[in-house]
Amino acid sequence: MIRYALGRIALMIPTLLGIALITFVMIRIVPGDVVELKMRSDGGRVTQQQINDERTRLGLDKPLPEQFYLWMKGLVTFDFGNSMWTGRPVAQEIGGRIGLSIQVAIMAALVAVLIAVPLGTIAALFRDSPIDYLIRIITIAGLAVPSFWLGMIIILVLLTFFKWSPPVTYVSILEDPVKNMSQLIWPSLAVGYRYAAVVARMIRSSIIEVMQEDYIRTARAKGVGEFMVVFKHAMRNALLPAITIIGLEFAFLIGGLVVTEQVFNLNGIGRLFVDAVIRNDFILIQTIVFLLAIIFVSVNLVVDLVYGFLDPRTRM
Amino acid sequence: MAMLTRSFNNALLFCRLQPLGALGLLIIVVMAGCAVLAEQVTLYNPEAVDFGAMLSGPSSEHPFGTDSFGRDIFTRIVYGARTALTIGFLSSMIGCHIGAAIGIASAYHGGWVDLLLQRFIDIILSFPIVVLALVVVAVMGKTMVLGIDLNLVFAIAIPIIPRSCRVIRAATLSIRTQPYVDAARAGGYSTVYILLRYIAPNVIAPFLVLLTAYIAQAILLEASLSFLGLGVTEPKPAWGLMLAGDSANFYNEAPWMILFPGLAISLSVFAFNLFGDSLRDWLDPKYRN
Repeated sequence: MIRYALGRIALMIPTLLGIALITFVMIRIVPGDVVELKMRSDGGRVTQQQINDERTRLGLDKPLPEQFYLWMKGLVTFDFGNSMWTGRPVAQEIGGRIGLSIQVAIMAALVAVLIAVPLGTIAALFRDSPIDYLIRIITIAGLAVPSFWLGMIIILVLLTFFKWSPPVTYVSILEDPVKNMSQLIWPSLAVGYRYAAVVARMIRSSIIEVMQEDYIRTARAKGVGEFMVVFKHAMRNALLPAITIIGLEFAFLIGGLVVTEQVFNLNGIGRLFVDAVIRNDFILIQTIVFLLAIIFVSVNLVVDLVYGFLDPRTRM
Repeated sequence: MAMLTRSFNNALLFCRLQPLGALGLLIIVVMAGCAVLAEQVTLYNPEAVDFGAMLSGPSSEHPFGTDSFGRDIFTRIVYGARTALTIGFLSSMIGCHIGAAIGIASAYHGGWVDLLLQRFIDIILSFPIVVLALVVVAVMGKTMVLGIDLNLVFAIAIPIIPRSCRVIRAATLSIRTQPYVDAARAGGYSTVYILLRYIAPNVIAPFLVLLTAYIAQAILLEASLSFLGLGVTEPKPAWGLMLAGDSANFYNEAPWMILFPGLAISLSVFAFNLFGDSLRDWLDPKYRN
């Protein structure tokens, strides 16, 4: 198991380098110049001299390989450069915002799993009954409803019936955990619905499959109660494939978060990213994209390791 | 004539065996009809401002109400279908085709080309779809052709490429080793001929399924980008854009501004998903009976 884990972690290194390289190239592929685009888009007249000065200041006049080397060096030492808009260090900009996003992401995943497991199981056990059809409609809708719109509908309902609207500033979890949770549960629900739908569908089909296995028949034959058959024998094996989906769907979760943060006034990394894109803040864009890709790859690594731990057959 | 009868019978069989898919197809056809005949379906101009009718609720004149500029929401949704379907279809076509071409080449060539390409695809896949599209939008700016932002189409197509590549590569791999492909190679046919004559027809089924599924994804992505103010921009009608900016200020006064455009997005994505799923079952002989 340890060898398997180390092997998987070693494989991460070329992937991370590749991610960095692609991010770097993507930002610089722009026709014309980043600085020119930024300064001209700010309006006002700028001279060629000013543009050249800004380029020198940001190190954009250096040859590309050297720029890449410097960026990599900075990444390793957590010096990502300064935002082109605010001038503050990128690390500081991101550090102040990422906590909130991570919390919502984790809550969304938890809420989703809490909804999905019973929903999927019930649908499988009452296969082709009205309740299965109802659950199927709920889950198919989950794939179609955009998370930002769901967020708006949640706000609309809360506003109409409970006079609740998204707060201007969110309370930190350290300050007041109860209030913090009650504020963040709504964006988590909006972002997590798709997740819940996908996982529930997966669990439904894998439970249906598992229930036809020989060992389920054996368990029933030796007189195990139906409840125990489902919870002890079937669920354990049916939940395994759902774990992989959780990793793959994490990309959608990040994407959903980026858009939904706007709806709830959440001052997280998604909002920072969208603002950076609107302001052509390329240094910030570059770092956030790289960071999000790393988070996604790491989550999948953890999922693979957990899976390998639970199912020894996959360790090959 | 015989062809026509056969395809008609096939269509009937599809409706009978895949009622949900037929429902999806019906919704798609209605939407496409609205998109093409927008001028006939509604009499209002989607961009016409009418401050006299600002924020008025659903009525016989304005079935879905009006927005803060007094523009008819039903009209903007009908014209929005044009935007959504055009961009969705174009992006999915471009993304799936490029992805399929890379996938077929990669699988057929095999060896180090395949290895390198697949590592590259793996890396692209680690960028979340929305994030990747946003970066492309940021770097490329706008290029308008016939009222469509081509760069937006590309920004949506790019995340589709690696995903389509994966599926088509897998399909090609399973066909490449078939005896009839070996026979064709032994017979001295050129690679291009073999690819077109033997490989392409066999990957057409998964390709069609991909194409439909990714139209849904592309519509969703276009709505998200427009919602963020980085896709289709005012005053052009687009569903995501209708939910952006202003509409959030009128939760109390005009909930219809939020309700209907979101329903339009959801319904269209739902329809393409439904149709795509049924198409997969229909084209896969395993599920036929």
